[in-house]
Amino acid sequence: MNAKLRKQDVDGRVFNAVNVALLLLVTIIIVVPLWNVVISSFSSGRALAEGGFIFWPQELSLENYRAVFNDNNIYQAFFISVAKTVLGVATHVFFCAMVGYALSKKNLRGRKLYVAMGVITMFFSGGMIPTYLLIKSLGLLNSFWVYIIPALFSYYDVVILMNFFRNVPDSLEESAKMDGAGDWRIFLSIFIPLSMPVMATIALFNGVGQWNDFMTTKLYITDQALYPLQMMLYEIIVQSQTQAMQSTAGSAVIETTTKGVQLATIVITTMPIVVVYPLLQRYFISGMMLGAVKE
Amino acid sequence: MVNPEPLPVAAKKTRGRRFKEFWVDFGRQWGLQAMVLPGVLFMIIFSFIPIYGLSIAFKRYTVIDTLDTAPWVGLENFRIILEDKYFWDSVINTLGISFFKLAIGFVVPIILAVMIYELSAGRFKKIVQTISYLPHFLSWIVLGGMLITWFSTTGLFNQFLLDLGLISKPQNILLDANKYWWIATLSDIWKEAGWGTILYLAIMAKIDPAYYEAAKIDGASRLRQIWHITIPNMKTIISLNLILTISGLFGSNLDQTLVLMNSQNREKAEVINSYVYRMGMTQGDFSYATAVGLGVSIVSVILLLLANKVTGKLNDNQSVL
Repeated sequence: MNAKLRKQDVDGRVFNAVNVALLLLVTIIIVVPLWNVVISSFSSGRALAEGGFIFWPQELSLENYRAVFNDNNIYQAFFISVAKTVLGVATHVFFCAMVGYALSKKNLRGRKLYVAMGVITMFFSGGMIPTYLLIKSLGLLNSFWVYIIPALFSYYDVVILMNFFRNVPDSLEESAKMDGAGDWRIFLSIFIPLSMPVMATIALFNGVGQWNDFMTTKLYITDQALYPLQMMLYEIIVQSQTQAMQSTAGSAVIETTTKGVQLATIVITTMPIVVVYPLLQRYFISGMMLGAVKE
Repeated sequence: MVNPEPLPVAAKKTRGRRFKEFWVDFGRQWGLQAMVLPGVLFMIIFSFIPIYGLSIAFKRYTVIDTLDTAPWVGLENFRIILEDKYFWDSVINTLGISFFKLAIGFVVPIILAVMIYELSAGRFKKIVQTISYLPHFLSWIVLGGMLITWFSTTGLFNQFLLDLGLISKPQNILLDANKYWWIATLSDIWKEAGWGTILYLAIMAKIDPAYYEAAKIDGASRLRQIWHITIPNMKTIISLNLILTISGLFGSNLDQTLVLMNSQNREKAEVINSYVYRMGMTQGDFSYATAVGLGVSIVSVILLLLANKVTGKLNDNQSVL
């Protein structure tokens, strides 16, 4: 009996050691490439052209960032990104909460029809081209509002909020009604403050989506003044890819200049995500549960 | 004898009354109705109109037409699809990449989740989780830009292989069409595997520790405990995920494709999504692009139903969906 336990003990220790070693490897595989991008963005064009470093550049330099910030487009793109994220998230969360609140009332007339419509939107969509034709006929092409209006509503998020509102005790609502509060009043001053944690979760994930979204721009926007950071970065990438293919001849200098700009833009585009990441982490589990409901 | 006549009249009356009651209630609830109607309007405009717009798949739609004036052509567009070589190339690429992602990308998060679960709670566990979730929040554009940097001839990847002496001359593998499926698969795993563990970890946290205690007393090794306790407890969620993955076989990541595809690797990188994008948005053949999209969604729905049936059989005849 004792020998068996001892064997198990040794067995367990080996298992733990191997497990920790493998997970250490996993984190290295994720961290080293990311670190490489950050330090590359701080290295000079010449060092980038020569390559040959993984952890630390030969020549530390800010020239890439200087080049990026000398271009006025980056300020414009940053502003568009922030504006579409802030406005998009605020309107999305409010709109979904409003609909979700009404649908959480069992006695709502027409509720069955509304829910059926919502379920249909979860499973069927017109796809890329019919949606494009709709956006076009609504006059939303090359308009800032294309970032906001089509993103107002998501039935998934409505369902999540609806389920949350249902669990709010009826007594709260009844006492407010006795004091003469109407539906809007109850929704705005009781239900919204109570549902802050759910709304924060939806807001954070929706916000990351808005910040990272580039398809909307690619499909509906051709006016450069409305490009967000992601689209600007995409253009730089496409440009540097084309150059990489031509550079066999020897235009290495141009290639590395765009490469430096590309790296600095990547870092600038990702910074806000990294900044809110610790905040996001608090909502991971609830966020994943939302994802599970969604699926 | 009772006259059968009055019955329908009475029924009509109640129907009429019900109708009236409905609108009276509706009016009384105007506050709530005013909240829900914007949502209904949104669904009609942004979901139902595009669904109706799918009808252009059966029409010959040109820029001068409106949706209703375009002439019907029946299944003409679908007939062309069958003979379209480029379409079938994109199908092969889509399925190839999906199978790679299914074969490797499906198991990695499960293994990773088990490994994280086996760690004793502490700082290392937190660090591993924090770091492995991070790439999920990077956009594909950002990751695409990073991949291009890593794979460039002076980048991290070539440097690493040169240092190890595995290659003698740097080479940009993004320009090598034959490596594209691997790049698409492995970069997707790098980005999403960590995030994919969250759901599994949440399920594992609910497993009763008594099972492990009992297994320990019986002398089961850690690997056996994983195999006989942890994995069986995740059966439902694993098969649910499998169904969803299989139903998505014809789907592909458009963001990823658009950022990683170039003229050198297009033959292996073009997937159905990007083909629809190219035919519709770049070449303006709206009807044909819609037909391709519609055809593929129909096949996907059939796949979903089939996968559900098969996994249901494997799972003691309990349908997971």
